[in-house]
Amino acid sequence: MTELFADPSIWLPFVFAALMGLSILIYVVLDGYDLGVGVLLARGTAEEKDRMIASIGPFWDANETWLVMAVGLLLVAFPVAHGEILSTLYIPVVVMLIGLILRGVSFEFRAKAQPDHKAGWNAAFVAGSLMAALAQGYMLGLYVMGLEHTLWTVLFGLLTAACLTGGYAFIGACWLIYKTDGLLQRKAALWARWLLAPVALGFVAISLATPLVSQRIFHKWFDLPWLLYLAPLPAAAAATFVWLRRKLQHLPRHDDRGSFQPLLGAILLFVLSFAGLSYSFYPFVVPDKLTIYEAASAPESLLIILVGALVVMPVIGAYSALAYWIFRGKARELSYD
Amino acid sequence: MDLDPTLLARIQFAANISFHILFPTITIALGWVLLGFKLAYARTGQQKWMDAYFLFVKVFALSFAMGVVSGITMSFQFGTNWPGYMETVGNIAGPLLAYEVLTAFFLEAVFIGIMLFGFRKVPSWLHTIATFLVALGTTLSAFWILVLNSWMHTPVGFEMRDGVAHATDWLAIVFNPSMPYRLSHMLLASGLTVAFLLAGLSALRWLMGQRSPDVRAGLKTGVVMGALLIPVQIFAGDLHGLNTLEYQPQKVAAMEGNWETGGNVPLLLFALPDEQARENRFEIGIPSGASLILKHSADGEVPGLNDYVAEDGTPQHPPVAPVFFAFRVMIGVGVLMLLVAWYGTWQLRGGRQPKRPLLYALSAMTFSGWIATLAGWYTTEVGRQPWLVTGVLSTKEAISDVPGMVLFGSLGAYLAVYAALMVAYMATLVHLARKAGRPKDGGDVRAPFPMPGLSRAADATPAE
Ligand code: HDD
Ligand code: HEM
Ligand code: HEM
Repeated sequence: MTELFADPSIWLPFVFAALMGLSILIYVVLDGYDLGVGVLLARGTAEEKDRMIASIGPFWDANETWLVMAVGLLLVAFPVAHGEILSTLYIPVVVMLIGLILRGVSFEFRAKAQPDHKAGWNAAFVAGSLMAALAQGYMLGLYVMGLEHTLWTVLFGLLTAACLTGGYAFIGACWLIYKTDGLLQRKAALWARWLLAPVALGFVAISLATPLVSQRIFHKWFDLPWLLYLAPLPAAAAATFVWLRRKLQHLPRHDDRGSFQPLLGAILLFVLSFAGLSYSFYPFVVPDKLTIYEAASAPESLLIILVGALVVMPVIGAYSALAYWIFRGKARELSYD
Repeated sequence: MDLDPTLLARIQFAANISFHILFPTITIALGWVLLGFKLAYARTGQQKWMDAYFLFVKVFALSFAMGVVSGITMSFQFGTNWPGYMETVGNIAGPLLAYEVLTAFFLEAVFIGIMLFGFRKVPSWLHTIATFLVALGTTLSAFWILVLNSWMHTPVGFEMRDGVAHATDWLAIVFNPSMPYRLSHMLLASGLTVAFLLAGLSALRWLMGQRSPDVRAGLKTGVVMGALLIPVQIFAGDLHGLNTLEYQPQKVAAMEGNWETGGNVPLLLFALPDEQARENRFEIGIPSGASLILKHSADGEVPGLNDYVAEDGTPQHPPVAPVFFAFRVMIGVGVLMLLVAWYGTWQLRGGRQPKRPLLYALSAMTFSGWIATLAGWYTTEVGRQPWLVTGVLSTKEAISDVPGMVLFGSLGAYLAVYAALMVAYMATLVHLARKAGRPKDGGDVRAPFPMPGLSRAADATPAE
């Protein structure tokens, strides 16, 4: 152990890969629910749309900051990998960014522009959310396929695009079950029930595709004793699916008990998939090409960032918690005054 | 089709950051102005300050959202368009960008939620603190990014090992020679942009026939703020120029349009710099003016562009015409601001009513801060060429190998989105200004601002 910590060029890249992974996970969960709400917006009535947006209003900006954090960490800790990954994924990145732009501004415009433009901005909000979610899913698929462009990898990318969008819509629906009431809450439960199956499909597709594409990953999962050690991961995921299915049958309840549970289950699913993917790809940052140790920046610079991150991250955690506490309870329409 | 990827990447980066900077320029100073409105209300209890707050907090929210989404684009573009940049100077740029995210972005992103939507959910003092933290966050973010940008102009505190920059002295990097000038000049630019935005929108409301006390308050605040800041800005700009003369003389030569090093260099009011012939056409200038400003003596020596030409004749200085004209646009707007703001302050003295010429001038100048800010940035950034990091990394070396066609397509998409958003943004500001004058829910009386200790109003309020 002391040996490990003696050489910063060994443990620093690892710590930064972990920090980056954590940021991506937090991003996917947090922006996942608000992108999901954006996608589901297409199915709400005018009044419901206001409430759906109100439920994410105070949070979306902070949620998106985790994306900036993740990309920033990739950029500063693994600059070569950042260049390689983002140049390969140039087009989906542009689609995602334009989606995020549309979404972020529609949020403000729909409430402030002339009333007869509101429907248009709502549509832009849905379109932006869809573009961002699909582009992220496509990038995930191509990454899993080793960042190669062939007919099959592109088709697989399209499949993961659909699945991740479904996953975001699912966690978005779970968020709405938690943050709304009345008819909208019941609708959200219905959406969640519908979406669970496609999400499970995506889960299985990615889990099967990853080891099939790469010999290395295949051996990491299916050689003994790893097969046994890792079995709890898929088992836990399967159990969560079954549990979510049963829970969703009975929600929402009149006394609103358990309305938080689906969200918890959805988060757990994201965490489990993320754990599986991280295990598969470690120690590579560009699949099968570049490891985190080869790609890392100079240790002195990483140390400076680490010190800052260790001091500031708990503070960020604290004030984020404060925000969630202030805006606890069921969402009502928002207004500034 | 043969599209030069370097050129396209540069145009794309310049288009994106030009769009981005418009909105931070507003949010940085407007956050502090909003805090000022709240504190003025707390001190005087006059409703007009709250009314002004409620209008401009919407302008703020809209600008903030535009700033955030275009900023996210920027953070991707560093890697996609300039991979060579991070590979060479990543050890220095990385920590600075990381500190910006850690100390500024999260702060503003979390507290903006509380500032915008927590008005009735949290006690007034907490809301004021949230407003303060948002303003602080935007200013901190400007600090870090300007540290990085200044370091790119005047790099110090590092050593090159195997073609990669390694930091040796972080204090020197952060407080690099041009940082204090660039930071203060930019913060003042932001203040001026907001001053004229406040005054311009208020003038527009007056012209629409609105006469409520908050219209006058906004008008007066903007005009006086502009009148106070502009002389400071001119002074800061002069110091900035002297600093540039010391560290980037070829940039100053381009700004002045001066070809031959020597004394008694005129201050050119107008000219057409011709880089082919290496001379100016149609010169109109004040004799010895540039020497006087830069060296404080009529025969002071001013550097000339001809000193920056390589043996084989390739110029080692920036393209002259864009720097020369951008600089004049900035100065021109600055002088105009001085005239209008001082005239306005004098005209509004002692509670006098604004007259039409003033109102027209102010509403025409609503976005004048944007023009000067962009012109200033173009002077600085084009003036740094052909370097990306002065003396360390040239722009050509940092380019990515994204094919020209792809860059062309994405550039087109960005430009289309930005153009549409700009139209929507301006239309919405006018709409907000018009709506602000209309009585709300049948009555002109707004719900009083909840004071600490008093019971808070119900959560549910009609959506805006
Ligand atoms: C002088 C000020 C200034 C300058 C030159 C820049 N920015 Fe900026 N940026 C801000 C001042 C600012 C700000 C005031 O802090 C913003 C605007 C609105 C906001 O929310 O924060 C912001 C937002 C913002 C965001 C979104 C933050 C969030 O999620 O809250 C990102 C990722 C960037 N910027 C990135 C950049 C990059 C990569 C730049 C340079 C190439 C850059 N900005 C130039
Ligand atoms: C915010 C206002 C800014 C504006 C309006 C602006 C504008 C520009 C323009 C017009 C260019 C192109 C120059 C040329 O190619 O001739 C440029 C280049 C560049 N600037 Fe800035 N800039 C700004 C701030 C910054 C900041 C804060 C940074 C970095 C911290 C930065 C980094 C760069 C880089 C990397 C280039 C690429 C070189 C190039 O395109 O030629 N800029 N900028
Ligand atoms: C009228 C007197 C002014 C003078 C003498 C002046 C001077 C300067 C100089 C010399 C530069 C170039 C910096 C460099 O060499 O890199 C500059 C840049 C700049 N100017 Fe001005 N300026 C004036 C007015 C203004 C006004 C009114 C604004 C905006 C409201 C403004 C905004 C900027 C900005 C944003 C930059 C680029 C960022 C920077 O380098 O700080 N300036 N100014």
